[in-house]
Amino acid sequence: MGTVWKVFHYQFRDLIRGRALAGYTLFFGAATWGLLHLGGGPVRALPSLATLVILVVPLVSILVTTTFAYGSEEFTELLLSHPVGRGRLFAGLYLALTVPLAGAFLLGLGIPFLAGGGAAGGLGGMVALGVAGALLTAVFASLGFLIAVSVHDMARGAGLALLVWLALAVLYDGVVLVVAHQAAAYPLERIMLALMLLNPVDVGRVLSLMALDVSAMLGYTGAVFRDFFGGATGVVIALASLVAWAVVPAWLALHRFRHKDF
Amino acid sequence: MTVSADPATLEVRGLCKRFDSRQVLDTVDLDFQPGCITALLGPNGAGKTTLLKCVLGLVRPDEGTIRLGAQEVNGQGAYREEIGYMPQLPRLPGNLTGWEMASMLDDLRTFTGTPDEDLIDSLEVREEMDKPFRLLSGGTRQKVNAALAFRYGAPVMILDEPTAGLDPLAAMTLKEKVRAERERGRTILVTSHNLGELESLADQVVFLLEGRVRFAGTLDSLWADTSQTTLEGAIAELMRRNGRREAGAESRTGTVEGTPSMEVA
Repeated sequence: MGTVWKVFHYQFRDLIRGRALAGYTLFFGAATWGLLHLGGGPVRALPSLATLVILVVPLVSILVTTTFAYGSEEFTELLLSHPVGRGRLFAGLYLALTVPLAGAFLLGLGIPFLAGGGAAGGLGGMVALGVAGALLTAVFASLGFLIAVSVHDMARGAGLALLVWLALAVLYDGVVLVVAHQAAAYPLERIMLALMLLNPVDVGRVLSLMALDVSAMLGYTGAVFRDFFGGATGVVIALASLVAWAVVPAWLALHRFRHKDF
Repeated sequence: MTVSADPATLEVRGLCKRFDSRQVLDTVDLDFQPGCITALLGPNGAGKTTLLKCVLGLVRPDEGTIRLGAQEVNGQGAYREEIGYMPQLPRLPGNLTGWEMASMLDDLRTFTGTPDEDLIDSLEVREEMDKPFRLLSGGTRQKVNAALAFRYGAPVMILDEPTAGLDPLAAMTLKEKVRAERERGRTILVTSHNLGELESLADQVVFLLEGRVRFAGTLDSLWADTSQTTLEGAIAELMRRNGRREAGAESRTGTVEGTPSMEVA
């Protein structure tokens, strides 16, 4: 644990001093403040805010992580020339990126909400959105690291990161809808459910909106999911799915990092 | 001044490494002795970097062994306590200062001795160590890089293009430091574009071509073997002998960077 903490400590310090992270907080701060104050209260603002979070958090997380991982390759080599275990170094780097990213997002979301009195009706939805956003940060950071350790060339890696985001955040639901439409005559609920659990962005969307009564926002798969599971079970399954989506790619990335030739 | 560490011989035996279909290292056998500066030479793709990375544990060899004193270089990282590595112009975290980097490395090594800060003074970077890396010029970064590499008085020093980006005065200061470390019984490996510099520094020369050791011995034995009196001439002769006339004819001396045809590093 010692090494993980040391790597985290200094990398965190480096990252927190950069302006990019503050910009990320400001972005969500301005969006949250704007939607809460101009959009007519939390209950109406939350769905719009959720849509924004579900699109932006994965994009920023995966791009920042891949760029960081490629950019710090030489530094990683330098650290590995010291008596440092690869696994611990990887864990330190992963946490040093994920924790500040999730923290910056949560601050941007939380400060305007709490400063605005945290209107009673919106608290549950806000917490759900915060949890979903933080978990999506971890999921896409894991995917970003996995891409960076798997693809040698930085340009191809960054391109692949964009493609993964586009596929999961934008194209996936469209494809599912087309499939559902084509096969409307068959009972597809279970298949839809499986399809949704395969996409972390969908899971994040359901999780953040389940606290609200806005089924229309859930998308096709989300609506099915909500009917199927209802309240608490659904939340637990959604959380478990997101955690799995964060852990499995991170574990694969760790495995590759350990056996990689630099 | 520095932590005294026992001298260590670095032994490379039967080292092989393939990347895809290319044999980057082919049965490399080498000994690097304490108190000896070895220059590692060879054109681009000869396997120098891969060899260094194998020693550092950054690349896992397909076959062969590397021993450092009594320790075998394997998956474990502990042996790297014995190694000081100066990478070639590395990009370090831009918002950290030199002192922060130093304390990070101290922490990671759980280093409790007295660090060797000779170079911080002789290269005059004590004030620069307080500034974040992104504000430092390339030359100053390289000075800090050098100071960090020599900080732990490691028995084995690996210097990859140590004088790249340094002004002549700083390069001389660094070379004096390398010689002083040799007197302390360090095992030193150097790569450089600058053949003249290596000629004045090295006791031993290792010449790699297409992953194989084509020459390993003292400078004197290199002169005798090739009937040449300069490193440039000797390298050209070795390349000619091994059927790489065109690349050898383009070699130059005296350049720090930017001779892509003959990268001696």
